[in-house]
Amino acid sequence: MNFNGYIRPQGKFGIRNHVLILPASVCASTVAANIARNVPGCVALNNVFGCCQVGADATQSVRTLVNTAANPNVGAVLVVGLGCEGLEPLPMADAIAKFGKPVQVLVIQKEGGSVTAEARGIAIARELADTISRQGREPIDIAELILGLECGGSDTTSGLAANPALGVTSDLLIALGGAAMLSETTELIGAEHVLTRRAVNDAVKEKLLKIVHDCEERAKSMGVDLRGSQPTPGNIAGGLSSIEEKSLGCIHKAGTTPLMGVLEYAEMLTGKGMYMMDTPGQDVVSMTGMAAGGAQVTVFTTGLGTPAGHPIMPVIKATGNHGTFTRMSDNIDIDLGGIIDGTLTIEDAGQILFDEMLAVANGKLTKAEELGHTEFSIYRIGPTF
Amino acid sequence: MAQAVIIDRLDNVATATAELQRGDVVELPGYSITIAENISFGHKFALCAIPVRGQVVKYGESIGRATADIAPGAHVHVHNVESLRGRGDLA
Repeated sequence: MNFNGYIRPQGKFGIRNHVLILPASVCASTVAANIARNVPGCVALNNVFGCCQVGADATQSVRTLVNTAANPNVGAVLVVGLGCEGLEPLPMADAIAKFGKPVQVLVIQKEGGSVTAEARGIAIARELADTISRQGREPIDIAELILGLECGGSDTTSGLAANPALGVTSDLLIALGGAAMLSETTELIGAEHVLTRRAVNDAVKEKLLKIVHDCEERAKSMGVDLRGSQPTPGNIAGGLSSIEEKSLGCIHKAGTTPLMGVLEYAEMLTGKGMYMMDTPGQDVVSMTGMAAGGAQVTVFTTGLGTPAGHPIMPVIKATGNHGTFTRMSDNIDIDLGGIIDGTLTIEDAGQILFDEMLAVANGKLTKAEELGHTEFSIYRIGPTF
Repeated sequence: MAQAVIIDRLDNVATATAELQRGDVVELPGYSITIAENISFGHKFALCAIPVRGQVVKYGESIGRATADIAPGAHVHVHNVESLRGRGDLA
């Protein structure tokens, strides 16, 4: 089975053809947004960090930004820096250039300020957009797709309907040779023993248990009850009583295939099959990590409804709560409420999600794309100094 | 349309898939439960008596511990179930 996508260097395949305007730091984000706004085909991400970060935290932020630019949905990149930030724009551009796609750099302090930098940036962005617009879609084996699995604004229908349906979708894609990425380590707490039964070997099992243990210990080390944040007030209103219940519903997204490996946050996926990425349970932070990991598309199940998208990765929303679909049809692509009222099987719902994923891979816009939702948030693991 | 669903045969709670009223009788595989209080869509009720400190089981797995005796048909939620994970407040 094929989809029509974009062939990138180094054996990567995209489903979108964006010029990414990438601010190295918060100080460059407004200029980056103004450039993107003026050139069709360009999208900026909103980086609110990028300076006065140290150690593993700085490394993780750089990895997230560079690997987002490396995602095959990006055809070309313009890195915009202020010029004095800690996450330096020139090395960042060099790191991105190693992936073989066109990269340019713009430094605001060298250009003499926002107005001249934006004018110069628009000129560069226009050239990049012109260059990559000449590339057409070509048939690509569906085995090249990496599907991100996300759930957010969960209620009890998430675990009963939409997540099991997405599990079927994951299984279908993996049976065809593709890959999928589970995330949100917080939402494995209380369900890790179920997932570890599927680990392909002991090393994967131990790594999975370690990330869950570390996540739980971080909450405990703050001397607080995780229930202050997880489940969220909305989850509780929707009927979820504990993190264990939320987690046991959450992992249904991952279907039934063996767990092949555990990735660090924003680490690039190179294998096939089901992987777990170590991300927080916060949806936007999680999707930011998975897109950096190489996911070209995410299916996002929701019970209560949520608008979140991503700058370069299409996000398909599905709900098992028909009332939510009706209330938030602006934001939600697929209604799987039939599972709850008995008119739709989980298997058929999984096929519906698969078909939608394929349509989006072929170019169909998601509602999040149509509405310009480009949420982006890096997982910080250290303080700002 | 089903009024509620049991996910695993080990479960001692069911999830309402409709708005249930006190006094409704819900027929489920192996159970006939009289609903003890109004249960909102998506919320849970007990299938059997769950003693205080007993495990609350859904998906065939523990989702927490009862903080009070829970009668069959009663609402099971944060007022009578506590998570056992991520509890820095208990350390």
